Amino acid sequence: MYDAPASEQKVTQNTTKIAAHKVQVFYGDTHAIKDVDVQIEDKTVTAFIGPSGCGKSTFLRCLNRMNDTIDICRVEGDILLDGEDIYDAKVDPVQLRAKVGMVFQKPNPFPKSIYDNIAYGPRIHGLAKNKADLDEIVEKSLRRGAIWDEVKDRLHAPGTGLSGGQQQRLCIARAVATEPEVLLMDEPCSALDPIATGQVEELIDELRENYSVVIVTHSMQQAARVSQKTAFFHLGNLVEYGETGQIFTNPVDKRTESYITGRIG
Amino acid sequence: MPILWLVLIVLALGAVGYILGRQRAMASAGGDARHLHSLPSYYGSNVAIKAVVPALVLMVIWLLVQPVYINTHVSGMLSETAIPDNSSRGLVMSEVRRTAEGLSNAVNQGLMTEEFATSARADMADVTQRLKDAGQIVTSEVTQPIMRAAQEYRVLSSSLQLYMSIAVILLALLGAAWGLRESQKDFRARNTVEFSVRMLLIGAASIAILTTLGIVLSLVFNTIEFFRLYPAADFFFGLNWAPSFSGRGGSSDLGVLPLLWGTLYISIVALAVAVPIGLFAAIYLSEYASSRVRSVAKPMLEVLAGIPTIVYGLFALLTVGPMLLKVFGDEGLGIMQAGTAVMTAGLVMGIMLIPFVSSLSDDIINAVPQSMRDGSYGLGATKSETIKQVVMPAALPGIVGAVLLAASRAIGETMIVVLGAGAAARLSLNPFEAMTTVTAKIVSQLTGDADFASPEALVAFALGMTLFVITLGLNIFALFIVRKYREQYE
Repeated sequence: MYDAPASEQKVTQNTTKIAAHKVQVFYGDTHAIKDVDVQIEDKTVTAFIGPSGCGKSTFLRCLNRMNDTIDICRVEGDILLDGEDIYDAKVDPVQLRAKVGMVFQKPNPFPKSIYDNIAYGPRIHGLAKNKADLDEIVEKSLRRGAIWDEVKDRLHAPGTGLSGGQQQRLCIARAVATEPEVLLMDEPCSALDPIATGQVEELIDELRENYSVVIVTHSMQQAARVSQKTAFFHLGNLVEYGETGQIFTNPVDKRTESYITGRIG
Repeated sequence: MPILWLVLIVLALGAVGYILGRQRAMASAGGDARHLHSLPSYYGSNVAIKAVVPALVLMVIWLLVQPVYINTHVSGMLSETAIPDNSSRGLVMSEVRRTAEGLSNAVNQGLMTEEFATSARADMADVTQRLKDAGQIVTSEVTQPIMRAAQEYRVLSSSLQLYMSIAVILLALLGAAWGLRESQKDFRARNTVEFSVRMLLIGAASIAILTTLGIVLSLVFNTIEFFRLYPAADFFFGLNWAPSFSGRGGSSDLGVLPLLWGTLYISIVALAVAVPIGLFAAIYLSEYASSRVRSVAKPMLEVLAGIPTIVYGLFALLTVGPMLLKVFGDEGLGIMQAGTAVMTAGLVMGIMLIPFVSSLSDDIINAVPQSMRDGSYGLGATKSETIKQVVMPAALPGIVGAVLLAASRAIGETMIVVLGAGAAARLSLNPFEAMTTVTAKIVSQLTGDADFASPEALVAFALGMTLFVITLGLNIFALFIVRKYREQYE
């Protein structure tokens, strides 16, 4: 079940990047997230696992206030990013999302060229001083997205013309291009084949050097492979949160054990 | 037998066939529908379709061919001497038809016996008088050859009508019998009915296409006739539109350019009003408005589309024109002479087009997947940045389509132009001058008392053809743009 990656041993005491305290989320009358407390560390991959509908994606979307775009959604409790409450009135959600990037379940490249897809964020936030600068950002992001070699000769071809795995890496490169501090990934590999999944997982491990990565996944093998910390959600509750190795080999809670051994979920 | 009865009989045969087919299929399966290949109703439908469709098709074809056949047959009976010098075969034939109908009606009213109507030795003066008494319109005295032809016409048409009834009912019975014979439990009735449905749909599609072809053909012949009377170069490149009054001699200037210019100018003004307003309204409705506002505002906007264009015309004439005159007229800037102007018609037409642009664009913007917006928000883009850089480019092909549809409406619009833009055909850049359009001139050329064979009347067809070619070109251009973006973005 658990094949411990070498990277796991290197986990040191990182500083807390995001601290959530007593977070509640309501969709209309439905209580989707109940009393979640979690500390997400910097330069660490944190995996959220749990059965469908347990609220892991909803909680992920709280971290960059993507839930604001849903009318009936209401969030209570505190979520602190570097000690600042992101739900504070003086925080601009748009600025927040530039700091907390997001990659979605389905690859969603814009109907633009590969270059423009990557340059989209930097252009909006004015990260490039000139064209040469922008070119450099695009190249660097595509390299970090591990897709540069495949697309460097067709930067001006439409991003929608790439294969599924390439599109997802393009989307990751696009998220990286805005230089976020935290990268949220909502089941980034669910639409990909095993080879593309492997590439994306490798990429996630590399991204750990610079970012705090939070990944929602249905695959426990994937959580075990890429993450250092794992949080198990069940029915809107955070059941257990700890070192990935410990969660998978020696879970404290009965429900966690049932889930990872395949008896519930 | 009247056609209505014939149709009812065929339909009744179909209904009976449906019930019998169903029963027979059920019987063949021993009363258990589960042993049938298809549901019982499919067997019934199969019989009904086979009874009704071929019979009605035969009837329609017969009804189309019969008059042609009778005409050629009867017209062959008329010798050259029977046709007066100042008349033509066609006119005499219509006289024959009228007489034949008159005879039938007179018989029906009981003013004439059947023997009298068919009698070859009848006194012509007497026949004419009796027909007139019966209230039938007979132009002149019925002559012997016409009477002979009319009698033949009556005999022929009534017997053909009878043959048709027999043939149609026979075919319906044959079809029903064929369908019934097939109604066994292993027969694939469902697939047969499926095939009929496909044929029905193909038929509907071809009628739409054939009608377009028919419209084009009806324009083409008259257009060719026009160009025989009037040089094409003068029509296409003439800078002057001044048709003379027919019958008074004098040559007309029938240059199309002033009309085309007026059409394009007014359309451009209309689109300049409708596209930004309509598009922005659509963006507000689809991206910003709450669902409550949307559910009220969208139907309100669409009310604009339901207003008859003549009402818009009145609005232009009575409200917008005088208002513009107050600002740009002699008391104001002094560049506007009268209330009717390109600007007046263009503004009002633009208002008319707003719901076209907004409603279609709204649907198209809503069709852009939410994942695109999420992707953009996830990168820290604001709402308007997302709309401008992601949603709009994705929706562009559809929006171009909506705009071109609005443009076609603008080019074809007549009433607002007649009331709002005046009737003067001129080439001018001043949008506050009166101008006119192709459509408005088509109306005025055809509603006058012009001789239908004169170039002044026939020019209407050439104008219609020109307009048709322009809108066709516009649509092809729209398709080209849409396809180009499709290839690039999907």
